[in-house]
Amino acid sequence: MTMSESQFVLTMASIVFVSMPLIIAVCGEIITERSGIVNLSLDGSMLMAAMTGFVIAYESDNIWAGFLAAMLVGAFFAFIVAFGSIRLRQSQFAIGFVLTLLGDDLSAFLGQNYTRTPGPTVTHFGIPLLKEIPIIGPIFFNQDALVYFTYFLVFFTWFWLFRTQPGLRLRSVGERPEAAFARGVGVNRQRYLYTVIGGALVGLAGAAYSLDVKIGWSDGHIRGMGWIALAIVIFGGWSPIRGALGALLFGATKALASYLQSRFPEVSVVAFNAIPWLLMITVLLLVGSDFTERVILMAPQRMQRPLQRFLRVSPPKALGSTFVED
Amino acid sequence: MKSRQWIRWIWPIVPILAALLVTSLLLLLFGASPVTSFDAMLQGAFGDTSKTLSVLAFWVPLLLSATGLLVTFTAGLWNIGIEGQIIMGAIAASWVALKLDAPSAILIPLEILAAMAAGALWAALSAVLKTRGKVHEIFSGLALNNLAIILTNYLISGPWQPPEGGSFRGTEPFQDAALLPLLGESRFSPLSLVIALVAFGMVVVTLRGTLWGLKLKALGKNLRSAFLLGVSSEREMILAMMFCGALAGLGGAVRVLSWFDSLRQSISGGIGFLALLVVMLANYRMFWIPPISFFFSMVLNGAITLQLRTQLHSSLGGILTEMMVLFVVLFGDATKLGIFRKKNDHE
Amino acid sequence: MHIELRDIRKHFGPVKANDGINLVFEGGRIYGLLGENGAGKSTLMKILSGFQPPDSGEIVIDGQPQRFSSPAEALGKGIGMLYQDPLDIPAFNVKDNYLLGRDRRVILNYKTARAELDEITSRFSFEIDQQATIENLSLGERQQLELTRLLVGGAQFLILDEPTTGISADQKDKLFNSIRKLAWEEGKTIILVSHKLDEVQELCGEAMILRKGKMVGRTPVPCSNEQLVEKMFGQIPLRGERPVYEVGEPVLELQNVRIPTYRLTVENINLTVRAGEIFGLAGLEGSGQQLVLKACAGLVKNDQGRISLAGQDITHWSYQRLRTAGIGYIAAGRLEEGLVAGLTITEHLVLSQPSHKFFIDWASAQKQSEARITQFQVVGRPESLADELSGGNQQRLLFGLLWESLKLILLEHPTRGLDVRSSDWIWEQLYARRNSGTAILFMSSDLDEIIDRSDRIAVFSGGKMSRILDAKTTSVEEVGRLIGGQE
Repeated sequence: MTMSESQFVLTMASIVFVSMPLIIAVCGEIITERSGIVNLSLDGSMLMAAMTGFVIAYESDNIWAGFLAAMLVGAFFAFIVAFGSIRLRQSQFAIGFVLTLLGDDLSAFLGQNYTRTPGPTVTHFGIPLLKEIPIIGPIFFNQDALVYFTYFLVFFTWFWLFRTQPGLRLRSVGERPEAAFARGVGVNRQRYLYTVIGGALVGLAGAAYSLDVKIGWSDGHIRGMGWIALAIVIFGGWSPIRGALGALLFGATKALASYLQSRFPEVSVVAFNAIPWLLMITVLLLVGSDFTERVILMAPQRMQRPLQRFLRVSPPKALGSTFVED
Repeated sequence: MKSRQWIRWIWPIVPILAALLVTSLLLLLFGASPVTSFDAMLQGAFGDTSKTLSVLAFWVPLLLSATGLLVTFTAGLWNIGIEGQIIMGAIAASWVALKLDAPSAILIPLEILAAMAAGALWAALSAVLKTRGKVHEIFSGLALNNLAIILTNYLISGPWQPPEGGSFRGTEPFQDAALLPLLGESRFSPLSLVIALVAFGMVVVTLRGTLWGLKLKALGKNLRSAFLLGVSSEREMILAMMFCGALAGLGGAVRVLSWFDSLRQSISGGIGFLALLVVMLANYRMFWIPPISFFFSMVLNGAITLQLRTQLHSSLGGILTEMMVLFVVLFGDATKLGIFRKKNDHE
Repeated sequence: MHIELRDIRKHFGPVKANDGINLVFEGGRIYGLLGENGAGKSTLMKILSGFQPPDSGEIVIDGQPQRFSSPAEALGKGIGMLYQDPLDIPAFNVKDNYLLGRDRRVILNYKTARAELDEITSRFSFEIDQQATIENLSLGERQQLELTRLLVGGAQFLILDEPTTGISADQKDKLFNSIRKLAWEEGKTIILVSHKLDEVQELCGEAMILRKGKMVGRTPVPCSNEQLVEKMFGQIPLRGERPVYEVGEPVLELQNVRIPTYRLTVENINLTVRAGEIFGLAGLEGSGQQLVLKACAGLVKNDQGRISLAGQDITHWSYQRLRTAGIGYIAAGRLEEGLVAGLTITEHLVLSQPSHKFFIDWASAQKQSEARITQFQVVGRPESLADELSGGNQQRLLFGLLWESLKLILLEHPTRGLDVRSSDWIWEQLYARRNSGTAILFMSSDLDEIIDRSDRIAVFSGGKMSRILDAKTTSVEEVGRLIGGQE
């Protein structure tokens, strides 16, 4: 049995669709980490945002109010991380980790009266003309507004980071804060700003699940996705485009797992569930080892620089550090 | 300065009070009276002997895990994989309990040894991934936690399913000889508490008085310098993780052999993460570990009664403990708040 | 541009870094600011360039009192500072680094950037590859880039902090020519912060000398070196005669060693260090000398060649194994690579000394620690934390942690950042070691130290090692030429 073309297109379209919230979260965390702060609370803040978004949209019957509320929640969690590490000079990891657990429990408690109720969702609409392109069209341009926003977000984040003055400032703060300060960049102001913006995107990602991809709310609704997003940020080398590809790859393995399950029902479902986690370890192992470095060194001299630019992954140098303005 | 001295004294309880306040507000939001609710929790913890014994029974694996984490935290490692190490310990103990037919005197030591070995090996995997593959232990630990959960589900729905069919709930109950000797009708095994307290004492002595303990302290503060001073960072890191994994595995064994009587789906019940919170709250003050973990056990057990009485979600117990840790982590160190200035603020 | 500093004070705890300094600078002149380590030069210049505010006192520019909250603001008022370690972003490419903070336009304008860079670099005949990433540039190129940025930013008043440390002779000439051009043709004011008297004599019109946070003199230069030294130190330090040594058997031998790294490959290293010999490695930062040291310490691997210690092949031995074989290593960054912040002196001692006991005997460790503190003249107590000690005392502690009998000691910048007294003390210790037959291999970016202290010298440039020089017959000029890659 081989996949027919329409089956292939449907599968690809669904991979793009289910990966969308992850891509948003990855973009948000990339912005935050580029400024030098790790917001480890993703798993908890996405759960809180998913719950809040769903409850607000359900009660107000306005889906956009739901998204807005979710973004505020994500921004608030991120603000706690920023405030705790910048102003109070405490460990970002510790705060993020506690917030992860707190978000999980708090969402379960606050959302207890809304579990397993059907709720509002985003409507799908194809983009005229673009959706007519063979294969590409139905995969990418027959989705919903949030997916289209995600395309824009990935491109815009990339453009902002690498082609604008504010983006330079943002990156300089994560790379070498004292040099950034000497150039007139308010280091901690930048860090607050981008941690909170990144957090708002993480919140949006949470609501993108509960209002679009996995509609509804239940305890631990999307537990684990935040951690996967954090791992994809590393895999993506802190670049939104590579990060988006990483998220799609992750979505693809999930699709592959369910496809394989339908093909080989005799193999336990367990084996397939393990795939994403095994993939996560394998990928981080590839990124962390000197494997890529060796590949670069094997290439001819002239190719080394572009290869290095594409393959090499180095975190922002000041990631996780604090900066005290005198 | 002196007039403010009293703030310094009462400061440690301020974050705790703040956490109670926020939790009370949450209760009010759901139309429940905080007083009744906290009373319900207290009743749930100490209302009768069986409840108190439950608190003790829950305390043991928590104390074991937190004790183990004291070692990894000292070495500067974020052993989030402890959850998986507990589960692997539980699985190994269950394996012995299900597959071996022997009297208690042989079976129980074997179960414990198997559990400690399994926990240690699972932890070693995380450590080796870090030292050899440069994978941060937070991520490897997380993946290994999920893999351990997946393995449990596979076992209880597959090879180890009870004769009446796989139900994803658990294996059939173990033979009586395999279970730890329990106190009366409770789920509390005094033997396990003795083991846990001995383990705690051993860790305190190890960290304070041995060269290995000092090496871990140096590693935790500055990996590079410690290496140059002659500490073999890879070996000590792997050992620290295995030490913690062994204690966590032991905790897992206590879970299946006293709290439950079989391998269950959510065998750990979040004890590993809770232990991380305990250690963060204690913040290297070792002797606070037993009382804090006891308090957490009390809150979480109380929350179950709260749910039964008021229909409110039992996650409230988790919220209360997490709020406390959050506030202490954020505001616990008064000097960093600028309320008190350190004497030499400049270098 | 006329700048006046009035009664500038800055204290760090009990240390008076600047203790009431008054100075006047006129346009179009080159000043030299002299002083030994810790005299307060850096603090004063950081205040002037807006990096930190003074505790009291004011900066008056053309009659207007000014306050800067950041270096960018100071640059806006025309004051720019070139730091010894240029304040650029290593991960950025040249154009991004140039554009950071350049203007307020949102979209980056690479075309203008290229034009501006081209214009200034050709005016001063700098050569900078605009496609490169900053971390791949040499220190000299990074300085040139920073200078370019400051000039475009409108600097009328330039502070250069030890600008010749670690750059090639060629780059130094280029830099000095541009400085003269800036002052004499364009009317800019230049302050050269330095402890190298010859450079101040060569370049400046007037020298100002700081000592212990106070201005102790202004004098027109050129003048006699003795005059400057007397003002800097209060008295002329007596440099001891080069001690005689007996060359022993070869201790460390490197044969055809090749160390490949991603940035730089060091090749064809052949050298022998004998018992009782002090061997100095000179070169710009990152020219390969540090890789050779680290390879000898077992911290990086050579893929070709052979390293042996007292006749035994030690190629690819681990650091820990080399330690037990009798190699001591002291890295450049004391609190990053050597000491552990948060551990006490006693704890350091227990950790570093060879011991196979499981339990620690704290009482006897405390006694040993007290003995070492006295022996190595560390200002501290056994329970002092490493990070509470001053730089000089940290270095003393590191020497105190070295094992008793060593075949070979490897050192990176043994006296960097230390005052003269501490430096001399460190070298006394090393002389004592060599007299007992230890071989010493060290690297330093201080040429005077290399020439004064070594018996033999090798110079590194771009991963290549020069012929080996005899320190008695070589000169600063010769070493300088080799550093620049000239034969």
